[in-house]
Order: sequence, then C-alpha cells, then structure tokens
Amino acid sequence: MTSTVAGQRGLFGEEAGAAAAAGPRDGASLKKGAGGAAADGPAEKGGDTAAHRLAAKQREISVSEFFTKNRHLLGFDNPRKALLTAIKEAVDNSLDACEEAGILPDVRVEILPTPRDDRFRVIVEDNGPGIVKQQLPHVFARLLYGSKFHVLKQQRGQQGIGISAAAMYGQLTTGKPLSVISRIGKKHPAWYVELKIDTAKNRPEVLREMETDWDKEHGTRIELELEAKVQKGKQSVDEYLLQTAIANPHVRLEYKDWDGQEQVFDRATKTLPPQPTQIQPHPYGVEVGMLGGMMKTTEAKKLAAFLKSDFSRVSPRVAEEICELAKVSPDARLSGLEAEQIERIHQAMSQVKIMAPATDCIVPIGEAGLVAGMKKVLPAELFLAETRAPKIYRGNPFVVEVGVAWGGELPAEEPVRLVRFANRVPLLYQQGACVTTKSVITTDWRNYLLQQPKDALPVAPMAIVVHLASAWVPFTSEAKEAIAHYPEILKEIRLSLMEMGRKIATHIRKTRRAADEAKKRNYIDMFLPTVVAALHEILVLDPPTQEKAAKNLRDILEATRKQNV
Amino acid sequence: MAKKSGKHKSANPELDRVTVQCIEKVAGTVLDTIQKKKQPELSFPVRSLSNVDYDAKKGFFELGDSVSTRTLTVNSVKTFAQTLKLMGLSKQMVEEDNWATKREAYYVSKNWKEARFLEQPESDTVMDDIEAMFSLHGVTREQLRFVPDEHGGAVAGELTVIDRDPTTHEPIEIDCTKFGTGAYSIPSSVEHLKFRTNAKFILAIETGGMFQRLQSNGYPQEAHCIIVSMAGVPTRSTRRFLRRLSDDLDLPVYAFVDCDPYGIANIYRTLKVGSGNAAHINQFFCVPRARFLGVTPQDILDFKLQDATHPLQEVDEKRARDALKNDPFFKKNKAWVKAFEQMLTMKVRAEQQALTKWGLNYVIENYLPRKLKSPATFLP
Repeated sequence: MTSTVAGQRGLFGEEAGAAAAAGPRDGASLKKGAGGAAADGPAEKGGDTAAHRLAAKQREISVSEFFTKNRHLLGFDNPRKALLTAIKEAVDNSLDACEEAGILPDVRVEILPTPRDDRFRVIVEDNGPGIVKQQLPHVFARLLYGSKFHVLKQQRGQQGIGISAAAMYGQLTTGKPLSVISRIGKKHPAWYVELKIDTAKNRPEVLREMETDWDKEHGTRIELELEAKVQKGKQSVDEYLLQTAIANPHVRLEYKDWDGQEQVFDRATKTLPPQPTQIQPHPYGVEVGMLGGMMKTTEAKKLAAFLKSDFSRVSPRVAEEICELAKVSPDARLSGLEAEQIERIHQAMSQVKIMAPATDCIVPIGEAGLVAGMKKVLPAELFLAETRAPKIYRGNPFVVEVGVAWGGELPAEEPVRLVRFANRVPLLYQQGACVTTKSVITTDWRNYLLQQPKDALPVAPMAIVVHLASAWVPFTSEAKEAIAHYPEILKEIRLSLMEMGRKIATHIRKTRRAADEAKKRNYIDMFLPTVVAALHEILVLDPPTQEKAAKNLRDILEATRKQNV
Repeated sequence: MAKKSGKHKSANPELDRVTVQCIEKVAGTVLDTIQKKKQPELSFPVRSLSNVDYDAKKGFFELGDSVSTRTLTVNSVKTFAQTLKLMGLSKQMVEEDNWATKREAYYVSKNWKEARFLEQPESDTVMDDIEAMFSLHGVTREQLRFVPDEHGGAVAGELTVIDRDPTTHEPIEIDCTKFGTGAYSIPSSVEHLKFRTNAKFILAIETGGMFQRLQSNGYPQEAHCIIVSMAGVPTRSTRRFLRRLSDDLDLPVYAFVDCDPYGIANIYRTLKVGSGNAAHINQFFCVPRARFLGVTPQDILDFKLQDATHPLQEVDEKRARDALKNDPFFKKNKAWVKAFEQMLTMKVRAEQQALTKWGLNYVIENYLPRKLKSPATFLP
C-alpha cells in the first residue's frame, strides 16, 4: 500500500505525502518516497534526458483506477467482504467520533435488500457529535482525508481511507451516490447531502444538499448502496457486531439484517473509556522517510529544536547526543540538510540511549470491561481477563489484553474460538497470519489440561479474546486484518495466555474434584446395599447383622473417601 | 438368570460341597472384617507370563507367588460388590445344579441395578479374578458353574465317548467313527465324559482343512488314531478334553501345526503347558504329554519345502525372539531354542499345507508315516 501511495504523490497532494510519512512499516518504499522528494530538486529543471522523455508520458492515475487495483488491500476484494468492510469502517468512525466527543455511543446498522439480489443498501446511524456541513463532502467523498492520519494516538481508524473507500466502492459497483444526514446540535439544522467522488480528481461532488427534519439532536447517518453478498457465520456482519460488543462494553448496538431480523447488544457499562492522549513519535520507532517528512512539516527551524519539540523523550541532552553522534550541528537549519545527513541523524537516533516512551497514551478495555463484554455475548460459566502492563515495540507503546470464557454452552469438541481485536476493532479475516493466532498455537495448552493437536488451536469449550491496544498497531496490510509478528508482542500475548491457562487448569481441577467427590459420595449409597445383599445371599444374615454390617461398611467407606481427598 | 435344569442330583456332590464351603469362607472373612470395622480385602494371584514358572517335572506353567490385593475403598466398592454378587450367583448355581456361560452371567448382572456390568469384558475380568482366587483352593471355574461359551474342536477316529442325555441323564455312547463326513464336537464341559478306544495315539491338528483331508481319506482308521481339530489356539474345553483322553486312555498326543512362531509359541505352547494369563488353571487345562510332530524347521529341509515357504514377517520374528527371551518353557528346552534359531536363520515359515507341494495325499502317504516311525525325535 505505502509504495502505491508514494507513487501517487501528484495525485493525492499533501495527503499522500503524509501517507508516506505516517506509514512506518515499509522502510524501502518510504525511502523511495523520500527519493522522489529529492527529485523535486535540480534534475527537474529543463533538459532533454531520458527521464524528461519518460516524464512526458507520466500522468496521473485516476483514483478509481488506483482503487480498483488495490481494493483487496482495503478489504473490498469480493462482495461478501465488501459489505462487512463498509459497515466496519462506518461503525469504527462512529465509535471514534462519539468517544472523542464524550458521548456514550448508540449505533444502529441496517442492511436492506434491493430489487437486485446482488445489491444491498447499508445504513449506519450514530448519536455522535455530527459533522459540520462544509466538511461533509470531504470526510465521505475524498480518499485519505481525515483527522486521524497525522496523529499518533490509539484510535480505531488510522488512515482516513475506510469510509470514503466504501463510498467509492458503492459508486463503482452501483453508480449510486452516498447520502448523509448529519446534525451537530439541537440548535442546528440537520443537513442531507448526496455525494459522489470525482474519481479523476479525488474531489467530492455534491449532487444534492438540503436541510431536513431529523429526530436526533446530534449524530450522523450514512446510507449507501453497494454490490454485496450477505452471509452468516464466522466472517459475517453479525459476528463483527457481536465481537464489537465484546470489546466495547460501553456501546449500544442495534442491528437489523436483510431478513428484517432485529438484534440489540445493550451496554454493559455506562462509563466511557478515557480518551487516549496523542503522543509524539519516539525516536526508536521512526523510519528515515518519516523523519524527512517531519522535517518538512515541523514549525521548528533548527535541528536540535526540532528533535526536542517533535519527538517524545528527547531532552536537550539527548538532542545534543544525537547531533554529536550524527556529526551534524545542533543549530543546522532543517531546510539545508542533505539526504546523507538525514540518514546519519536517523542512525544516531537509534543508537543513543533514550528513555522509553510514555505509556499512559494507551487505553485498554480493562479487565472488568472485557469480562462484562464477554458475559454479554458468550454463554460460558467462567470469565477471566488480564490487562498487561504497557510494553514497547520499536518505540511504540502497546498493551496486550487477554480474556478467556470457559465452559457453559461453548462447544467442547471444537477448536477454541479465537476473537481478535486491535484497538477494540474486531479482526475477522487472516486469522492464520495474525500474531495472536501464533501466540495461541505456540502455547502448550496440554500443560493446562486441554487437548491440543500439533500446530493447532486447542480443542476445548473455550473462547480466547486477545486485544492489542497501541497508538500504532502493526498490521500486516492496509486492510487491517492481521497483526504482524513482532517478538515483543508475541511474548506479551503468550505470557498472558499462560497466566490464563494456569487459571483454567485450576478451574478444571476444581470442577473435576467436585464431580469426583459427588460421584464417590454417590458411590457409597449406590453400592453399599449391593455388598450387604451379596453377603446375605452367600451367608444368610439376620436383619440385625445386616444392619450392623451396613453401618460399619458406611463408616469404613466414608473414612476412605476422606483419605482420598 | 441361569437356566433351571431340573431337580436331579449333582454329578459330584463332594466337589460341590467344597465349592460352597470355599465361597462361604471368603464371604465370611469379608463380613468378619467389616464387623471389626476394618477394610476387608480380597486377594488374587497375578495372572501374567511374568508370574508363571515352568517345572519340567510337573509339565505345565505354574502360578507364581505374586498376589494382588483388592482392598475395599470408596474407589473399589463397585468391583467389590460385583465380585461378591458373582460369588453369590455361583453358590446359587451349585445349590440348584445349574450353570451359566460368561455371556449369561453378564446378563444376570443386568438385574443388579447400579452394580450391573456395562460390558461383558468387565464381567469376564471379575470372573477371571474369582476363578484365580478359587484356583488357590483347587476349585475350577467349571465347579463355580461358569462354563465357556464356545464348543471345543472336532473329533474323529476310533473313539467312543460316553456322555449322558442332557435331560434324562441316561448314559449315551457316541461312536466317533459314525459321523460320516461330519465329526463329533467337544462339549463345553467335559468333566463327566468317559472314553473307550483302540487307538494308539492322538493327533491334534491346527487347521480344519488338514483335519478334513485326514478324515475323508480314512486316515484315523488306517493309522489307529484319534484326530482332533484345534482350529488355532485350542479352547479350554479342547485342552481339557485332550488332557482327559491322554490321562484316562494313557495315549500320547502329537501336535501337527504350521511351522511358524504362532503355531509353535502360541498353539503348541498353550496346548502343552498352558498360558500365562490363565496360569491358575493350567494344571487342569494343558497336556504335558503332548509332543511336537511337525512341521519343524528341519522338516522344511528334510521334505524339501523351501520353495513352498513364506518369508518371516516382522511380527513373526518378534514373536520368536520373545519366546526365546521371555517364555519359561522354551527357554528351558535346548531343542526348542535350536529349532527357533534355525527358523530365524532360515527366515521362512511353512504351513501344514505346504506338503501339498508333493501331491494332495502326500501328507497321508508319506509325511505322517515317515514322521511316526520315530516319535522319540519329536520336539518336546
């Protein structure tokens, strides 16, 4: 993804530049981006080189072409997945907006059939803060536009691609515009707009715009038609909403499916999770391309000042050490730095000892919240949860949370159900590629009295919930379906799974012991009369002897039962 | 419940009295211990090859001294109850002169509510325990009135069996030459049988096919012998029948089986000295006088059967080595050690039917007569 975006610089303008800068996961392509930036220099001016002739052929690639070629990266590879992705992006946006505004989210999702059975209408309505009228077209009908891209902060959405990609997909597959109703408060009118994306320019096109009556005081309602295929089961909208309910106990979700079936996942708590704070990048987690990008956009003029103001944990002393190691003057003007110098600064940043980043920017679901969320939807008898202390991978703080639901009506003969979350967003695809799956598989559950086939999930009446919260979740792709295998993350998840495993094993032992106890108590009542009867058959005993034998036998057996415990 | 067979007097009142006494003694000890508020125990000899000794003078596998004790605890109360119930059933059957097969005994337990056996292997195990326990007092399973489910093998030749009518108990004489192309089959209980014969020896044959070949060619009459089909490892009643024939009529028993580790280590060994897991009954259920006529590994060379053999399978070799290493009978017989080593060197096995290579009746016309000229050379 990043490489493509970097190649589309002309098209996406400043957002694309930011996209390149904000994507720390693909160093090679970022360097390419940075190289491209360098090409804005002298080589561009005049001349008749091969590059100039090629330049004449180079032209903007339309957004729709870009989208069509890359829709698998964005989660729109097929009609089934497209439906889920569209709803997912809309709901993620709603939840982020509500929480940022301090509103307990109330979200309603509807899927409506259309006369064509390969098309459906999707409605997502929230009670969020609403969007001011002027911004509506940009938010929904312009790719890579949004408030989240430039910010290092734990949020559901990260790039600002999602919802407009859904709009684009709808438009490309059905030709229908996206319609939005939004209202920002009681004293403001609700606005209705119909939007299309000018795919050549990546600019919104407003088809209709009018005031409308809406019973909500504030909120946003989007409606779009798209080519889609409905399904139930593991990767369905139903499953996504159910999992969302687990990770977001403070959310109320209503859902009406294409058959008109209504479902409500009610709130388990009325406390909003605290707002994560925005943090500056830590020097250890910055790629050289991102560094170059930051140098362009910062308000600082000189190197040392820039390091101090734009990074976390960089004290004047640390800034000085970096400059010294990079052999660049602390007072060097940023605009005058050579590419080679930037490389050296980047290298120095990773070598100097710097305090770990602050971790208070991460807001986990919390043990109580996770348990409440699981209880809401999983029919189990035992619920456990652990929130680990924050840890760092490549300068990014993260928190691992693991929840376990055990027993009850969960199926005992199937592999455990693994529910994965990144920043409270359910991950439904690419389970095999995800670090959470690897963590579960590489934990030896037989130590904890469970069955586990080789290289597979354990088989038990159990659901495992893994949540990774981080200002920057390292997904394996832009579709945000699986979390990459960072050793630090793998280790944290496994440690937590082992802790859960120990507790499960204790529970299993306790349950077995209790069952055994009851069985043995039962045993005495069940078989004592048979022993006496058999002795009577052989020896012919009078009633007092039988009674005495029965009484003694009970004493003997009770004594052995107590010894056994 | 076991079948009620009538009001007649038991065939052996003295034995029955001993049997009931034994049952009452075991139960009485259990009751006394309970009344003293102590945990009662039942002791059984360990039934496995590791707990048998072979004494050539006695001629059979003898039970060793290892004993397992079942102490009554909350964990063992079910089996304990079942053991006592089966003993109770045994006593009842002796008093009513009745009997039950293993399968029937299993179904009798279905009336014991929670204490019933769920599968027959459970009741078989408890029954084997009881049998082993009482074998220490010289009481057999037949005396406890538990009889095998299966009939014994087929018998042909110059033998008259004196049985009794099952309902009238009138004596019946059965002439084993009068079965035409069929044969007399050994009943499940043979203790009451009497015999009369002119035969000079008994031939115990592994396969039904070979039995038929000999019978249909009139071999028993011609050679003055009794032939018995074992059909694999001989059942208890076949072994007991052969033992009684051999004892009562003072006749030698010759085994004629395949030349492979199974024929030798399983079929012949069990016939001759009994088996490891039923060592408590071996004294009654084996034929110490039995000798091994063939087919021996040497026969393969002497009768030029090399091209009618099969290679030894891995399982065959394992069985042969196991016999040399762990079987007290073979270990103590140099002749057998040599024979096994010869087989392992040749790496082949030969079936009885391999002799057919030289013609369908070769076994009758050449092999058996030639072998029977020198019974002293038969393997022990």
